Amino acid sequence: MAHVVQTRTRAGTIAGGTALLLIAVAIILPAFASRSLIQDLFMILTMLTLAQLWNLLAGSAGLVSIGQQAFVGIGAYAMFAGVILWGWDPVPAILLAGVAAVLLAIPTAFFAFRLQGAYFAIGTWVIAEVTRLLVAQWKALGGGTGTSLPREVTGNIMGVDAIRGLLGVKEAAARDILAYWIALILAVMTIGAIYALMRNRQGLALAAVRDNTDAARSVGVDAGAIKWQVFLLAAFGTGLVGALVYMQKAQISPDAAFDVTDWTALIIFIVVIGGIGTIEGPIVGVIVFYVLQTFFADFGSWYFMTLGLIGICVMLFAPKGLWGLFAARTGIRLFPVQRRLVVGTKQEEP
Amino acid sequence: MIWIDTLVQGVLLGGLYALFAAGLSLVFGVMRLVNLAHGDMIVGAAFLILILVTHLGFNPFVAALVAMPLMFGFGWALQRYILNRTLGKDILPPLLVTFGLSVALQNALLEGFSADSRRIPAGPLESASVDLGIVTVGIMPLLTFASAVLVIVMLNQIFYRTALGRAFRATSDDPVTASLMGIKPGNVFAMATGLAMVVVTIAALYLGMRANFDPSIGPARLIYAFEAVIIGGLGSLWGTLAGGIIIGVAQTMGAAINPEWQILAGHIVFLVVLLVRPRGLFPRAVD
Repeated sequence: MAHVVQTRTRAGTIAGGTALLLIAVAIILPAFASRSLIQDLFMILTMLTLAQLWNLLAGSAGLVSIGQQAFVGIGAYAMFAGVILWGWDPVPAILLAGVAAVLLAIPTAFFAFRLQGAYFAIGTWVIAEVTRLLVAQWKALGGGTGTSLPREVTGNIMGVDAIRGLLGVKEAAARDILAYWIALILAVMTIGAIYALMRNRQGLALAAVRDNTDAARSVGVDAGAIKWQVFLLAAFGTGLVGALVYMQKAQISPDAAFDVTDWTALIIFIVVIGGIGTIEGPIVGVIVFYVLQTFFADFGSWYFMTLGLIGICVMLFAPKGLWGLFAARTGIRLFPVQRRLVVGTKQEEP
Repeated sequence: MIWIDTLVQGVLLGGLYALFAAGLSLVFGVMRLVNLAHGDMIVGAAFLILILVTHLGFNPFVAALVAMPLMFGFGWALQRYILNRTLGKDILPPLLVTFGLSVALQNALLEGFSADSRRIPAGPLESASVDLGIVTVGIMPLLTFASAVLVIVMLNQIFYRTALGRAFRATSDDPVTASLMGIKPGNVFAMATGLAMVVVTIAALYLGMRANFDPSIGPARLIYAFEAVIIGGLGSLWGTLAGGIIIGVAQTMGAAINPEWQILAGHIVFLVVLLVRPRGLFPRAVD
């Protein structure tokens, strides 16, 4: 019987068009949006990127890491080192952060991949702690108390003057816009790269390894290599985001940059609440997170307690998250990665 | 001479870490579940004992005895009604649920008890010491270590000498076959977590009497416990004690060289063991 295997869906095509339109709007947004909106969107975009990367690890590769703060922290510190010790401009120093994160990810994977499943999770956490303690010994960057970017650096970041000229805004606002645009590029590239990965052979191999490593090996998938690739890729992206966030904050300390709550726990809740294992999930999750943050962040520990309990409830009663509930009801996939067998369609004779 | 003293203090500190780790090891051994909220539960139990001591005027040891059945009930119910639902082939649900529990519990303690450092008052025991000729050791560290050995002896007795232990081992090996023999795995798991919470209470007693604690220190206790379990080898309780001692000695040795290196030294020894003996020093379980 004639059949084709396809991943394309109509909702996916419409979503693709809408996404392009949204990106175009996002690019020109700073021309008329308020500064606080740009700052909020910066936060949303960076959290979204981190969430997509964690989702790639845990949802697609089965690598549940609780140590992603290691890569945020080392990326941020590498950027500070580039700026303060070697006189780089912060923007190119962000790339240095990606390299540093990959360099840290290599020994991390070497150790953590010796641990199975749940123990892998705590193993990555231990390595993040070790990195934090080592960085706290780095006296040139302030040791345990941390340091700030010098004022003459933050005043002269590459591209800020051009943005001031282009949009006629003050320097601080221009810095926010620069950071926002970089965050937008990172988010779009991350989602695009993950989407492309999930739709090609590598993505199929990844899903096979996650679902049954032995079976995947038996059909010729190099399970070890693919886990390494994904882990290094996620570390690279996480390091870039870490550097960007701390370029914006302009001050750093080991306890903040390697904080498990900010850089891993919140990210996990975003992914779990939105829906693990899909590209749509973290997008939904980050929107929910933003709403909760806007209304309840002032409640401090109550807020985190509620997030923890919501995370538990979602995992128990709707393990595929909010997006999973929606997709199961409607069958809509905005970023279709499933291979669907369509039987009975006309197919060209070879 | 100073090194012998450091070594002895390290071994005794290892007793505390073994107490942290024994509950984790027990739960993992029976149901392959890693409880990421383990450290926060130790801190929670310490606050429970503190309440009993300060508000009801109990002696800390009596307070721990009172707290034990309460913690057992908590562990039993948690496992029976929440964690059992998460067990299965997929490792994500138990990890994420216990992680959520860790964050929720930590912040609940923060809300209830503030971020202030507390200590369980133990009276003259706090500073009492005994001269052993070569070294002088505190009564409290000695008691901790003795309790750790006692807990491990008791757990081994339960595992290998009682019907409950037989059910633990049978369910651990093969829950389906065990259930054919009239064992309900769900109940066995609930008993195991309840028992682990009794051990957690003992760990909390010494944690709270020996040093200051606050709601934020749970995750670090989880990490020490985890390192002790991995160094010792999965499934071996005596291995867990050895792992605790190795972490304790590494930390005191590190601190003797430079106080900033205390925690780091423990982690580094863990990574070295992971490098040369990935399955730990005394592995039993095959996973």
